[in-house]
Amino acid sequence: MLLEVRDLHVEFTTRDGVAKAVNGVTYAVDEGQTLAVLGESGSGKSVTAQAVMGILDVPPGRITGGEILFQGKDLLRMKEEERRRIRGAGMAMIFQDALSALNPVLTVGAQLGEMFTVHRGMSRKDARAKAVELMDRVKIPAARQRVGDYPHQFSGGMRQRIMIAMALALEPSLIIADEPTTALDVTVQAQVMDLLAELQRELNMGLILITHDLGVVADVADKIAVMYAGRIVEAAPVHEIYKAPAHPYTRGLLDSIPRLDQKGQELYAIKGLPPSLLAIPSGCAFNPRCPMAQPVCRGTVPPLYQVTESPVPRTSACHFWKECLHAHA
Amino acid sequence: MPMPEAVLEVTDLVKHYPLTRGILFKRQIGAVQAVDGVSFALGAGETLGIVGESGCGKSTVARMLVNLERPTAGAIRYKGEDITKLSGRALKSVRRNIQMVFQDPYTSLNPRMTVGDIIGEPYEIHPEVAPKGDRRRKVQELLDVVGLNPEYINRYPHQFSGGQRQRIGIARGLALRPEIIVADEPVSALDVSVQAQVVNLLDRLQAEFSLSYVFIAHDLSIVRHISDRVGVMYLGKIVEIGTDTQIYDHPTHPYTQALLSAVPVPDPEARLHRERIILTGDVPSPAHPPSGCRFRTRCWKAQQLCTDVVPPLHVPPEFRLPITPLSHPSACHFAAEKQVVPPQGELAPPPPPPEAPEAPPKFL
Repeated sequence: MLLEVRDLHVEFTTRDGVAKAVNGVTYAVDEGQTLAVLGESGSGKSVTAQAVMGILDVPPGRITGGEILFQGKDLLRMKEEERRRIRGAGMAMIFQDALSALNPVLTVGAQLGEMFTVHRGMSRKDARAKAVELMDRVKIPAARQRVGDYPHQFSGGMRQRIMIAMALALEPSLIIADEPTTALDVTVQAQVMDLLAELQRELNMGLILITHDLGVVADVADKIAVMYAGRIVEAAPVHEIYKAPAHPYTRGLLDSIPRLDQKGQELYAIKGLPPSLLAIPSGCAFNPRCPMAQPVCRGTVPPLYQVTESPVPRTSACHFWKECLHAHA
Repeated sequence: MPMPEAVLEVTDLVKHYPLTRGILFKRQIGAVQAVDGVSFALGAGETLGIVGESGCGKSTVARMLVNLERPTAGAIRYKGEDITKLSGRALKSVRRNIQMVFQDPYTSLNPRMTVGDIIGEPYEIHPEVAPKGDRRRKVQELLDVVGLNPEYINRYPHQFSGGQRQRIGIARGLALRPEIIVADEPVSALDVSVQAQVVNLLDRLQAEFSLSYVFIAHDLSIVRHISDRVGVMYLGKIVEIGTDTQIYDHPTHPYTQALLSAVPVPDPEARLHRERIILTGDVPSPAHPPSGCRFRTRCWKAQQLCTDVVPPLHVPPEFRLPITPLSHPSACHFAAEKQVVPPQGELAPPPPPPEAPEAPPKFL
């Protein structure tokens, strides 16, 4: 397994108390595989990714438990020096907002080239040639002429390509893409997702795609992990989850997508609001919003139940996953 | 098809922002053609959706409708009266009837004002709607109407979540009992589970107060859900307009077709069935729009004619008779039907899976 996150816990100390952002997340991704982590803001999907990359702000953040195994080695026990070598060469991240992730006062060529001068000890001249090569690879037109341009001279879609180029520079085995197309227009989003999928296939990388868009997930993912209030509430291969979700939260998300035959009717809406991470409800965190909630849901935190074992295992953190599965079928 | 009486009629609306050079002696060297000849009508009780990508001018149209921007040319007729020519008292009374709901509930509410003051502020400008002593009660009524606790009247915006703030923005829009609400991306800043709540609220309010909506968004599925008619904008122009079925199931403009095909479909089975049109390149700058058809630089059908002649927005002659769902205005010289999104529930059976994978991937 390329990456395995096991029972990860992350907290943030804030003025108002301790925010429990990640409460026991377990997921894994293999080479060539795409794992989509789906969740709303505050679900802990980005914090988990930051912990994996080792770019969590500490303090106020704190990893309070768990393991992150990358190619079998626990990242959390490594020295910072070792982790630095892995960042970029072993795993790389693509951020949502390319304009703020790129340095505005350096040319894109300099920023791309830095990957090679720092990690590979190349000369500046060679690094620049490499930068042009990378820009070609992510299909930026006239790469040779544009290598000396600054980030603001590129359009949003082109900037996101530069981010992708930078992440791919050292051919890492794992890419974490945090909402890579959320800031882009639909037609450009399609271009960028296509490019990402193509390069992933070519280099046989593992991809963790963090998103809130059920459409993007359906388009590219092999498997999904749905997060709510810092936990994975359901994990399944992509085809199965859309056919029959085994957690009421997933079902609620799928049902709230406008469908043709419901035009003119009320949309299904999950009632209430996502919980504050300072005061996560007892028992199942989703229980105050859940249409199926029973007393047991308030009292007992649901474990991850095995929904199916084969051909691929599937899990749900709902006491009533059977009822949920059948209600949809 | 019978059109309800139009409450709002927009004709050849244009908004150009001048580009200048020089500090003391400013010379105009060009113009950003944000909106360039947009026409549509909004019927009473109708919802007109406007979709398009960033920079296509949809928000500028919205701002002109509520008079936050003055158009460079063109007319906006509210019940027959051109509001772009009005000023003073006459303008004030018209503006009461056309209100706006903004996109970002985090920046469109003043953080130093209480919710009561925010929702009640329109009454300061239009005291005839609610006499002073009555305002608190009116505001509490509005809070109740949008599904917020009337006791929250003294709270500040930061004490609310994004969805609740959007409800406050909607309550403010309703305060003067307008006939028309222009909603500019009202749900795009909200979480998925909360979006549906706000869409339902807008739907319910429309029936309750017989409102007409201009609903601007880039999320095509939400626009389809809420709209009676939909207009597609590209680079300052409407390229295609029609009922939701005409636009979504029978698009004839290549841009609409590309836009629809690019939207990710929340159904993994659809991956195998749909044909995606991936456009190359980016939207050109509105400061230097292409000649002729503005979409031609990214269009796979473009020919010399498209460079030379601006295609008018009308029902293409070949689709005029007999009347079919294709008979709707489309600004393309080569308008043609192309089904891009398979109708739901009519997916062909998927091709048999390739050989079973040797070892099932280990999962989680």
